[in-house]
Amino acid sequence: MTENKTLLKPSRPVGIVGYGAYVPRYRLPAKEVARMWTGGRAAGLPIKEKAVPGLDEDVITMSIEAARNAMKRAEIDPAEIRAVWIGSESHPYAVKPSSTIVAEAIGAAPHVQAADMEFACKAGTEAMVMAMGLVGSSMARYALAIGMDTAQGKPGDALEYTAAAGGAAFIIGPAEESLAVINASYSFVTDTPDFWRREHQIYPEHGQRFTGDPAYFRHITEAGKTLMEAAGTSAKDYAWAIFHQPNTKFPQKAAQMLGFSPEQIAPGLLSPVIGNTYAGAAIIGLTATLDIARPGDRILVVSFGSGAGSDAFDIVVTDKLLERRDKALKTQDYIARRTEIDYAAYARYRGKIRMK
Amino acid sequence: MEIPRHWRLKQQRYGLVGEVCPHCQVKVFPPRDVCPNCGGEARTPYTFSGRGEVYSYTTIYEAPAGFEDKAPYTVALVKLEEGPLVTAQLTDLGDKPVEIGMPVEMVTRRLRQDGDDRSILIYGYKFRPVMN
Repeated sequence: MTENKTLLKPSRPVGIVGYGAYVPRYRLPAKEVARMWTGGRAAGLPIKEKAVPGLDEDVITMSIEAARNAMKRAEIDPAEIRAVWIGSESHPYAVKPSSTIVAEAIGAAPHVQAADMEFACKAGTEAMVMAMGLVGSSMARYALAIGMDTAQGKPGDALEYTAAAGGAAFIIGPAEESLAVINASYSFVTDTPDFWRREHQIYPEHGQRFTGDPAYFRHITEAGKTLMEAAGTSAKDYAWAIFHQPNTKFPQKAAQMLGFSPEQIAPGLLSPVIGNTYAGAAIIGLTATLDIARPGDRILVVSFGSGAGSDAFDIVVTDKLLERRDKALKTQDYIARRTEIDYAAYARYRGKIRMK
Repeated sequence: MEIPRHWRLKQQRYGLVGEVCPHCQVKVFPPRDVCPNCGGEARTPYTFSGRGEVYSYTTIYEAPAGFEDKAPYTVALVKLEEGPLVTAQLTDLGDKPVEIGMPVEMVTRRLRQDGDDRSILIYGYKFRPVMN
């Protein structure tokens, strides 16, 4: 790879030692949201259905399960993990880390860094970059990075069709133990007011049409393009690509703009059937892709978080993937586990019904 | 408010951590430091696999304080594959009817909050139908 100052390239090669996904079992069809708020107009729905967490689920419980799946594939002693970082915009507490509870539950506490990250939908990949740094500098052998959300959209708002629950966990470790080596990452960040939620507010606001070109497409394409230029690659060098997926169309268009075919993004394009899992969206596309990838496959991942920024990763699958990927449930196993709910059950599960 | 109790029980609740008796190898849950089988001291931590089967169950419609917003829900006696019988909620049942002998696996879920909306959240084990 060409030396380039914009790339984040650890001095000690790193990779993904274990990965795990989680998607809750309930599904709210987009047409059910349309039935409630638009008289059932079905034209132009952004996805088919979205994943909804059960009454006893939140970012902490979902992160625990994804982390346990990652641990099964990594086959390491949890006490060797030196960091637990969780990116989310729906941490259950305003103050009290999700990461300490997850670290305790998987047996990683107490000799561990722990913190919760927030950067809209790219908080999970931000945690991954930090984990690359910690391992890549030899300060730690393993670090756990999680992106997980139980996203909420305002009732009747365009985001209610897609704001979903799910995510993924990655144990970052030395390249020689990895299922997939992360060659480098690159981040493109600007102050862009496309989407926000003020303190004490339940639902986010968005800058309407500002969301598309100046936010999502600019950051995704700049990050993807710069990474590929610096790495000396083009779309044809990658077997697979994953772009942040707030709906079905945006990642399809981003792929086209960067020269990727529909086939290259197919395994990781999950938003049509689980919705936008926010901090989990790009990386659960990566877990689904790793579930079917072959050794030697090169994968481009580009996340996007409003506010705004994108993290791009250049990843190559190793032989070890085939030995270890069947040791935990696959992303598609969770997607296949499906119970459809109506808007009333959704309103109850998401705490929209006042009990007192 | 029972914060000290929840703090004390966190490991057994989050990860189904019990004990194994160093004398007769019986697995103990919940941990009680004395082996219920041989009466010897048993303080060695043991993390259970989380797999078991439904031994018996009932559905709660009139829930006790703290669980009202979850009713109706199913509580089961789960026979762990290592031996002990554990009382826990079943979750993620979907449309699947519960049956005695049904294989289940442990998941860590939010059990309830320790009072009003300002209180701490309590996490612990539940069981769901085995996924694979």
